[in-house]
Amino acid sequence: MSDVLAVIDHRRGQLRDVSYELITAGADLADAMGGTLALAVISGDVDQFAETLDRDGIDTIYTVDHGEEFNHDVYVQSIEALYDELAPTALLMPNSVNGLDYAPAIAERLGMPLVTDAIELSYDETLTVTREMYGSKVETTVTVSEEPFAVTVRGSEWAKAEGTGGATIEPFEVSVDESAMRSTVTGFEEVGGGDVDITDADVLVSVGRGIEEEENIELVERLADALGATLSSSRPIVDNGWLPKNRQVGQSGKVVTPDVYIAIGISGAVQHVAGMKGSETIVAINTDPDAPIFDIADYGIIGDLFDVVPALIAEFDE
Amino acid sequence: MKVLVAVKEVATVEEGFELDGTTIDDRYLEYDLNEWDDYAIETGVQLAEADDDIEVVSVSIGPERAEETIRMALAKGVDRAIRVWDDTLAEAELLDVRTKAELFEAVIEAEAPDMVLTGVQAHDDSFGATGVAVAEAAGFGHAAVVNALDLDADAGTAHVRRELEGGVEELTDVELPAVLTIQTGINEPRYASLRGIRMAQRKEIDVQTLEDLGLDAAIVDSPIELTAMYEPESESNVELFDGDADAAAGNLATLLREKGVGAE
Repeated sequence: MSDVLAVIDHRRGQLRDVSYELITAGADLADAMGGTLALAVISGDVDQFAETLDRDGIDTIYTVDHGEEFNHDVYVQSIEALYDELAPTALLMPNSVNGLDYAPAIAERLGMPLVTDAIELSYDETLTVTREMYGSKVETTVTVSEEPFAVTVRGSEWAKAEGTGGATIEPFEVSVDESAMRSTVTGFEEVGGGDVDITDADVLVSVGRGIEEEENIELVERLADALGATLSSSRPIVDNGWLPKNRQVGQSGKVVTPDVYIAIGISGAVQHVAGMKGSETIVAINTDPDAPIFDIADYGIIGDLFDVVPALIAEFDE
Repeated sequence: MKVLVAVKEVATVEEGFELDGTTIDDRYLEYDLNEWDDYAIETGVQLAEADDDIEVVSVSIGPERAEETIRMALAKGVDRAIRVWDDTLAEAELLDVRTKAELFEAVIEAEAPDMVLTGVQAHDDSFGATGVAVAEAAGFGHAAVVNALDLDADAGTAHVRRELEGGVEELTDVELPAVLTIQTGINEPRYASLRGIRMAQRKEIDVQTLEDLGLDAAIVDSPIELTAMYEPESESNVELFDGDADAAAGNLATLLREKGVGAE
C-alpha cells in the first residue's frame, strides 16, 4: 500500500482554506501512488471539523480529540502515533506558519526526507516536487528517492476539494505525554488595528522596498492624496517601522480587494501577492522587468518610481 | 548563558540572470548575509548587551567565501564564530534538512547553548525547516516564526510571540533550552560600526570538519535531488505603458481616470 496521510490546518475554531487544498493534493497523490487518502484532524472541535471536511476522495478521517488550539508537541506526538498505526508512504502538511512549526519536527523524528513549500506534486515510481527558489525568481523540480517522505504544500496552489464524500470518521486515541510538552500557548492577539482599515479602500497606493528611504514615503503619501487613495505597503516597509502594521498587505498582514491597486516599488513576493491578487485592477511600477509583480499586474510601467510618481502626481494635481 | 545563532550566507540573483543547468551562472549571484539571520543576530546581540553573562556564538555551514559574511556577524557583536566545512560537504550536491540537523546537533552537543536562534528561512532555497528540525534532533523546545521575545533567564523560559497569518499573533511560553526561528521585523538590525569591523578581524572563526564533529561522511547522502531549474513561465497579461516617465505617467493617468480614480 502507498497511502497518503494529510494533516489538517485550523485555527481558533476555523478550518483554514489550505485544509481543503490538502485534500485535493492528497487525493491526486494517492491516485498516482495507487493508495488511499486519510486525513488527520488534531485538536479543536474535531467532530465538527471532520464532518465539514468530508469531501470527495477521502478514505478515512482520523480525529485526535486533545486540546482546543494548535500545539506543536501535541501534533508531533499525534502524527507519530498515527504513523505507527497506519504506516503511510506520504505525509502531507500545510506550509502554513503552524505547519512549519511541526512538520520539520515530525519528519526529523520519523527520519523522513522533507521537502517544503511544494507548488506542484507528481508521482511516477518516485515523487517529484516543484518549488521556487531565490524569492520566486526560478522554479525547480526535486525528486525524492526514499519512502516514506514528508511534504508541505503552499496555500492557494491547489483547488479546494468539493463534493460530499463518504469517508469513515474514526476517533483515534493518543495518550499525549504531557511531560514531553515544552511549550504552552497562553493567548492570541489581533494586531494591526487602528485608525485606517485598508480593506475598506476602493483605491490603494501601495509602497514597497523600492522606496529605499523612510523620508521618501512622503512621495507616495502625496500620490495617495492626489488620487484620493489610501496608502498601504508591503512587509519590509512595516518591518523597518516606516508605516504601522495596519497598512501591511500580505499573508501576515491584510488581504485586500480594492477596485484599483497600485504597487509601487513592490517586487511581488508570494506572501505579498497572497494579500492583493483579488484586486480588480492591478497597476505596477517597478524598475525590474523580471519582477513577479508584472505576472499578475494588468497594467505596468517599467521605470524608476522616483521619475514616474512625481509625473503622476503632476497629472492629478493640475 | 550561551546563545547560538545560525548564520547562513545566501546568494541573491541579479536582474537578467542566466541559468547553467540546475544552477544560476555565478556571474549573476551576489553573496550576502541571509536577511532573516540578520534579525536573529540582532536578537542575540541585544540579549548579550542586556546581560553580561550571555555569550553569543554564531555557527555557519559554508565555504571559506562565507567568512566575509561571518565577519559581518562578528562585527555586529557576535563573540566568536564556528564554520562547519570540509571536502565532503563541498562535494555534496545538496545539503538537505536531515543533514543540516545532524551538523547543527553535533555543534549543539559540543557548545551546549541555552538558546539557538535562526532566521525563519533562507532566501536562496526557502525551506524554512532547519531550525525546527534541529530542535527535534537536539531534544530542545522550539517556536517557529517569532516576532517578539522576552527572555526570563532565571525561570528558564522564553516568552515569545509567533506571527501567524492575517495579523494574528500567538503568545507562547517555551522552556529552555530552545530553538527560536526569528521573523523579520522583530527588531532593527544594526549596521556594523567601524570599530566593530576592526574588532571582528581579531575574533576567532573556528573551522570544524565532519571528523572534528564526530560525524560520518554518510550524513551528507540525500535522497533529494535537484533535477531541473528554469525560469517560471510568465502568465503575464500586463499592458505596459512605454515612453519616458512623463509619457508613461500621462497614459497611466488616463487609464486611472477611466477607472474613476481621483474623480472627486
